Amino acid sequence: MRRKDFIEHVGWTGAGIAWSLSATGLLSAQPAEAASPFSFVQISDSHIGFTRPENPDVAGTLRKTIEDINALPNQPAFVVHTGDVTHLSKTTEFDDAKQLLGTLRAPLVVLPGEHDVIGSSKNFFANFARTDAPSGWFSFDQGGIHFVSLVNVFNFEIDGKLGQEQIDFVEKDLAAQKKSTPIVVFGHVPLYALYPEWGWTTEDGTKVLALLRRFDAVTVLNGHIHQIIQHTEGNIRFATAAATAYPQPAPGTAAKPGPLKVPDDKLLSFLGYRSVELATGGGTKVTDRALG
Amino acid sequence: MNKLIPSLALVALTFALHGAGARAATPPALLPAVLTIHIKDFKFNPTPAKIHVGDRVTFVNDDDEPHTVTATDQSYDSEGLDTSNTWQHVYSKPGTYKYFCELHPYMKAVVVVTPAPAQ
Repeated sequence: MRRKDFIEHVGWTGAGIAWSLSATGLLSAQPAEAASPFSFVQISDSHIGFTRPENPDVAGTLRKTIEDINALPNQPAFVVHTGDVTHLSKTTEFDDAKQLLGTLRAPLVVLPGEHDVIGSSKNFFANFARTDAPSGWFSFDQGGIHFVSLVNVFNFEIDGKLGQEQIDFVEKDLAAQKKSTPIVVFGHVPLYALYPEWGWTTEDGTKVLALLRRFDAVTVLNGHIHQIIQHTEGNIRFATAAATAYPQPAPGTAAKPGPLKVPDDKLLSFLGYRSVELATGGGTKVTDRALG
Repeated sequence: MNKLIPSLALVALTFALHGAGARAATPPALLPAVLTIHIKDFKFNPTPAKIHVGDRVTFVNDDDEPHTVTATDQSYDSEGLDTSNTWQHVYSKPGTYKYFCELHPYMKAVVVVTPAPAQ
């Protein structure tokens, strides 16, 4: 992408979200920004324990991610990890991940991906349980935004399912919110049918999306697919995040999903994190940043 | 079925020989098995697999992605099998055993277990 095109791509798109794209879907340099009173950061898909050639040092790339975030001049109010902290849910993987994530300067919020709950959710809750969220899902208010953190990897036979109990929670939770309140939703698997052929969808996600339609500005942030894909449905903006571990193929461009081998000197340009700020007008401003 | 409540796996029937060996220098030896089911390109092969009561089956992950061998009735579970990991299971009762990959639940397969042939 030429610089002129890039600049044109950084701009308002509808209800207050600015999207920033580079050739790999990530920014390689930080644009000039006005200081913001509130921001948070999203990271995702660290897959601690992964050792294959696509990234033989996933701990190193997570460490670099953390160092970059810790060096931000305006520290985020919190960092949310949207799942797949570990590769195989092993105790040693959780230990390593928790030690690394513990070096973040900002408070940490973690939700599970399917790689964190292989067999059971025991290890995940042992490391990242919240006292206010015994079921895993929760909501909170911060910086003028109402946050809803969902879990769509607990169903035994379906990845990408919320279940009626969680949908009931969301319905009750959102009923108390004003139409003008900015809403940000976290989840691991995309809530909409991004690419069902590869399991990149949430079976009952439409039920939650229906509950979100009445709000002026909704931002849904997911991980799972290891690449940035943006999608808009009316007032709802979706953005999947880059991984800190390794990229995956774009939907349908390979026979199957899985780790994508890129040239070693290009790997960091496919990995990154995302800063999110409350924008003037009520929406959010989302900025993706590459590690290199 | 929900992972939020950890299940009580019937481990007595399970020979988990290698599930945790992703970092092991030397994979442990496998017991003799009558059948090897390969996991390749997000498919179990062969399926349906036909064996007799008491037969041991080896599952091997030939894919780049981790997979699991998880019984639909939760009677057995390999847990995460990374690339090249193997796992063995003895089927001690006749029946049709449906299983799938917990990480990619659209990967489904069947093992059909019939009574052992008369000696």
